[in-house]
Amino acid sequence: MTALALPHGYPLSGRAVWAVALALTLALWVWGQALLPMAFDYPKAWQIPAARWIGAAITWLVKDASLGPVAFSDLTRAIAALVDQPYQLALGLLANGVQQQTGGVMVQHVPPVSWVAVIGMVAVLGHWAGGLRLALLMAACFGFIAVFGQWHSAMVTLASILVAVPLGVAGGLVFGILAWRHPWFERALRPLLDLMQTMPVFAYLVPILILFGFGPTAAVIATLIYATPPMTRITTLALSRVPDEAHDLARMVGCTPRQTLWRVLIPSAREPLMVGVNQVIMLSLNMVIIASMIGAGGLGFDVLNALRRLDFGAGLEAGLAIVALAIALDRFSQAVAHRGTAPAVPGGVIRRHPYLAAALAMIAAGFVFGLLIPAVQTYPDAARLSTSPFWASAVQWINVTFFDTLEAVKTFFLVWLLVPVKRFMLGLPWLAVVLLLGVAGWRLGGWRLALLTAGLSFLIAATGQWEKAMITVYLCGISTLIAMAIGVPVGIAVAMRDRLWAVTRAVIDTAQTLPSFVYLMPIVMLFRVGDFTAMIAVVAYAIAPAIRYTVLGLQSVDPRLIEAGRAMGCTPWQILTRIRLRLALPEILLGLNQTIMFALSMLVITALVGTRDLGQDVYIALTKANPGNGLVAGLAIAFIAIIADRLLSAAARNARARLGLGGQA
Amino acid sequence: MSTGPDTLICRNVWKVFGARAADHLTAARNDPERLAALGLIPAVRAVDLSVRRGEIFVIMGLSGSGKSTLVRCLSRLIEPTAGEILFNGQNLLTATEAEMTRIRRHKMGMVFQHFALLPHMTVLDNVAFPLEVQGMAQSAREARALEMITLVGLTGREASYPRQLSGGQQQRVGIARSLAAEPELWFLDEPFSALDPLIRRELQGEFMRLQSRLHKTIVFITHDFDEAIRLADRIAIMKDGAVVQIGTPEDLVLNPATDYVREFTRAVPKAKVVRLASLMTPGPVPGDMPRLPARATVADAGPSFLSGAAQVGVTEDGRAIGTVRREDVIRLLLGGEA
Ligand SMILES: Nc1ncnc2c1ncn2[C@@H]1O[C@H](COP(=O)(O)OP(=O)(O)OP(=O)(O)O)[C@@H](O)[C@H]1O
Ligand SMILES: [Mg+2]
Repeated sequence: MTALALPHGYPLSGRAVWAVALALTLALWVWGQALLPMAFDYPKAWQIPAARWIGAAITWLVKDASLGPVAFSDLTRAIAALVDQPYQLALGLLANGVQQQTGGVMVQHVPPVSWVAVIGMVAVLGHWAGGLRLALLMAACFGFIAVFGQWHSAMVTLASILVAVPLGVAGGLVFGILAWRHPWFERALRPLLDLMQTMPVFAYLVPILILFGFGPTAAVIATLIYATPPMTRITTLALSRVPDEAHDLARMVGCTPRQTLWRVLIPSAREPLMVGVNQVIMLSLNMVIIASMIGAGGLGFDVLNALRRLDFGAGLEAGLAIVALAIALDRFSQAVAHRGTAPAVPGGVIRRHPYLAAALAMIAAGFVFGLLIPAVQTYPDAARLSTSPFWASAVQWINVTFFDTLEAVKTFFLVWLLVPVKRFMLGLPWLAVVLLLGVAGWRLGGWRLALLTAGLSFLIAATGQWEKAMITVYLCGISTLIAMAIGVPVGIAVAMRDRLWAVTRAVIDTAQTLPSFVYLMPIVMLFRVGDFTAMIAVVAYAIAPAIRYTVLGLQSVDPRLIEAGRAMGCTPWQILTRIRLRLALPEILLGLNQTIMFALSMLVITALVGTRDLGQDVYIALTKANPGNGLVAGLAIAFIAIIADRLLSAAARNARARLGLGGQA
Repeated sequence: MSTGPDTLICRNVWKVFGARAADHLTAARNDPERLAALGLIPAVRAVDLSVRRGEIFVIMGLSGSGKSTLVRCLSRLIEPTAGEILFNGQNLLTATEAEMTRIRRHKMGMVFQHFALLPHMTVLDNVAFPLEVQGMAQSAREARALEMITLVGLTGREASYPRQLSGGQQQRVGIARSLAAEPELWFLDEPFSALDPLIRRELQGEFMRLQSRLHKTIVFITHDFDEAIRLADRIAIMKDGAVVQIGTPEDLVLNPATDYVREFTRAVPKAKVVRLASLMTPGPVPGDMPRLPARATVADAGPSFLSGAAQVGVTEDGRAIGTVRREDVIRLLLGGEA
């Protein structure tokens, strides 16, 4: 850290401050136990009872709060209804048809759109947006889902995506526009967005559960909270990046404010906005599983269920179905972003809207043939493929054959790495850590950053979560280091080999869309629950950004500099270490930042396999429906994430400035 | 060439960027160092100029000299810090926002350096956009837009999207759009700077052709002195936010007001800007002499001298008013004073 921390040009005084801070820490650590015990254990008497306050606040919201004559609970019910109506419609169309319960028996009056028609429609959409290739790809993705017997669950999931995405996009647009128009609104919104993006989803599941009840509606709302912030940010950014000339044009032709926004600025910002839409889609899909804990159903429920039964094969298939959905929706939204609007064709309705006509024809045909041939309506069970038994026996076989080896590896890591580090971290006095974080913040970004890092870490201690937070930091830290230690060399190895990079990228893209639970399963099956298992799972999940950003950084090094190096007679090794890696440092630091974020989000999920950290608290709070505890633990995780993020971004910015690379970090 | 009364008058206009610029300006107006110390950037300083009806008024200056800021003040896209801007006698700086919108919609057109075409609209829709904003019916505005597209020579490309066009074609669309509402005052902010030299020449020619038909009052910004000379009726040269000299190309070349202006005009071939009227000795013209109008440049008289004439006659409105001798021309070309 010290090496990166010399941006302001006072190396001596900077070093002196570090030396003093480290000496103080050391002194506190060695002698503090006796002299200043409160530096180790935050005094109970001074603790902030945040969990109780939050719990009370939520109870008050549900029971007593009202806006004038409208009770708060009515408001939440109204919001729920707003989400529920379109959701029921989508669900009916795609998954359930029109059903009615008569005498305890579900009777289906009208079937849902048949699987053949859905695949056909998807292909038509693909052709409209991106031509034949996309049509084939999307049809293949949906075909995969049908063949592996995931159709109904996938359609339930798709229905909630179809509701969540437009709402998320609209909400993001509205907030983004407001933030762009009014700087005060942006200032107020930014910390909120930071929290929404860094707080583990589990933490707000409980309040949502309490406010909106168990069920798909609550799940959609949780998804919205998770998926809207990036859209908001991108909207604000995209609007502020619109060239001045577009603003001038709008004023010169005399646009009203509304015309300026909707006719000139938003269309000019279309491409970045579509990136935002894409983000909303991908994040919604990420959220699908977690939301299934509060009743989303669909593929997420299947994965979760498989995890509970430790049925890796079933989990993997449901997980891959989510990947297939993700690929189809991702490519589709990207194609829409790059698609030029085709010139209007004169003629009748069918000629003017050939795609719409084709889609409607498809639905009608599917309906009619579906009535005649059942296999057209629902994918026949007999034709289903399943790999589940194969995976089960594969894991079984590894377990039996390599049991001793696996145990030895696990014990080795535990004894030589995990346990000592954990002990060390838990032994650190909180006061010294807060101090060191403050110093690091001050060196990297001035007193504002110092205040933020020291303040947030103090709050963690003050709410009585220091120990758990340290366990989180230790697991996250070790996993991040391992992920970087593997990811950076892999990145270096593939960065300059286009073919290899293409393959690697496909693998990490898939890995990132695969729900994180799916990773957990085989690891749990091999290593059972515990810290080691958590570490492996986190490393497996967090390695993707480490690789990605290393490659990005190495590839963006100016080729002229490499040529210059070669002209000076540098060996390839010298070029790599002296030029490429140096210049790629800011990106690699950002990669480290992302790796930490990924690690933290995965860590919460590993709470399911029995770690003892903050994630566990969040998870227990969820199972006990205790909103206060869950939110406080969640906030603590968010604080850790924010501290790491701010420090590393500042370091990356400084590195950029030092290298004269300019641009935003 | 014939120009009318002043259409746009600009008196002592200042634009100072920075916090509370107006308050500080009154105090520190003549003290650039004090302005700088307050963190203020005087982008336009005490500009006086007037643009006559039907003329091409070129504002020339290097990058950062404040040209764009000045032209944005003229259309009040940005608020000048001090001064007065009169358009057809009306003070624009006291006009309400609604009045300004009306004036911009109907009386002003603007062409942008980077075209500012809307990427999601066809050429036709882009050109019709100002009319659409005004609320004109679709068929009427499309008819008008087609007319404009024909005018700039893009017939057949109506249904294309901007990104399918070359830079030169895109700027033609920008020009068509700025003319769609039949503005009286036409602003062009470095319209050809983003184009290749050959395309730039072609569009300059096109621009002159358009102006000979339309007779707009034009404020044209450029950083290219050759372009200014080619197009301008009059040129204002800007440096560090202030106008150093205003005059016809010939004025600037023959009587540069400062060394700065002289530096620009040095490389300009005098024969191309100096008019016969400036070299002429008044007096009777013998009948056997070749005759040229007073507005013709020295270069235009070149062929006559080459074919052996020692003098050419100068006429104005068909009347003989004086003669230009071969020696005068040679002295001019060798760098002496006229
Ligand atoms: N919004 C602003 N805030 C502060 N300073 C500005 C602003 N806009 C322009 N300036 C400054 O005013 C000066 C004049 O800028 P202007 O854009 O008018 O120059 P220009 O002559 O059009 O140059 P170019 O040929 O590069 O377009 C520059 O020093 C610029 O930095
Ligand atoms: Mg400019």
